[in-house]
Amino acid sequence: MYEFNYHRATSLESAAEIYSQSEDPVYLAGGMTLIPTLKQRLAKPSDVIDLSGVDGLSDVKQSAETLTIGSMTTHAAVAANSVVSSIIPALSALAGGIGDPHVRNKGTLGGSVANNDPSADYPAALVGLDAIVITNQREIPAEEFFIGMFETSLVEGELISHVRFNIPDKAAYMKFANPASRYAIVGVMVAKFPGEVRVAITGAGPAVFRSGEMEQALASEFSIGAIDGVKVAPDELNSDIHAGQEYRANLVSVMAARAVEMCG
Amino acid sequence: MTLTVKMTVNGNAVSAEVEARTLLVQFIRDHIGLTGTHVGCDTSQCGACVVHVDGKAIKSCTILAAQCQDSTIVTIEGLADGDTLHPMQEAFRDNHGLQCGFCTPGMVMSAVDIAARHPHLDEALVRQELEGNLCRCTGYHNIVKAVLAGAASS
Repeated sequence: MYEFNYHRATSLESAAEIYSQSEDPVYLAGGMTLIPTLKQRLAKPSDVIDLSGVDGLSDVKQSAETLTIGSMTTHAAVAANSVVSSIIPALSALAGGIGDPHVRNKGTLGGSVANNDPSADYPAALVGLDAIVITNQREIPAEEFFIGMFETSLVEGELISHVRFNIPDKAAYMKFANPASRYAIVGVMVAKFPGEVRVAITGAGPAVFRSGEMEQALASEFSIGAIDGVKVAPDELNSDIHAGQEYRANLVSVMAARAVEMCG
Repeated sequence: MTLTVKMTVNGNAVSAEVEARTLLVQFIRDHIGLTGTHVGCDTSQCGACVVHVDGKAIKSCTILAAQCQDSTIVTIEGLADGDTLHPMQEAFRDNHGLQCGFCTPGMVMSAVDIAARHPHLDEALVRQELEGNLCRCTGYHNIVKAVLAGAASS
């Protein structure tokens, strides 16, 4: 790691203030991506601003139609939270399937979302559940938040405080995980709301995206048969040593069918 | 930038003046001299560096010492009671759950955490929970046996 200054912020305001006064700062949530990035010298921030001392970012709040989770809530905490598992079990399962137990004990919802790794699980949950990203400046609908590979609509210094998920009638997330990293080679969140079905796909493309064709088919009939033969175009998908475009396109259909089946 | 990092390690208050970029595992090994915690891959994958930070199993190669300011840490050296091994350590010995021993500190720290979180363990769950720990010798069978035996006797 290159040298840097370390700060432990005690509020969102103080974090933003330190940020604005630093030359090339970066926020540190759980650090499960940032620390390895620093260790490989792929980033050289002047200042690292640790958010773990900020109160009020690890809460889970339920309302009639929404579930709001603090940005510093760890994946392990989301997976183990009884409110989350009773209201949106698909979200508990998704969080419980990220990385390994040690990663889940440190990695956070906000950190994962802000990083927007194309293979991360949470983006599928946010887009699938039509979530709102709440920052220290504004509220951003998930679909406007995830712009492209490792790219979000967050501006300089902007901080995520919470994510507000809509509660679906039913939902399920299925992923084909890389056996070593547990990142999603393809992950699909299927969520059924009154009058709408959302299908959000992560891992397959440069960033999370929806399949309108699958959504329409499932809206008219919520069954595996309804999406039998519905494929996403492979042209824009990712291709790497783990999976080519055609294979990923096929996995999208398979994972979508499994998610529909899981919804019951 | 240097800063003074204080924490409690295996029941002892420790403190050291370190660079901000110091990892917890470097703090534990190089600054306070507890070398039972190993650095295997140094890329968050192998789990040889697992310690407990405020009761949670963490990869100490992927967290800054500064993030652990005022935390309570337990390392592999903190498990045994004098000459009496922790039941999980005893189970690893009894079941031949190690060969070269390099991954063992992290395996045992993870195993203790797994047993604490799951009152009802079975083989499949142990294998799933050991996702973050790699062993290149044993083929895992005896490690899984050891975790089950250790959990039963803890």
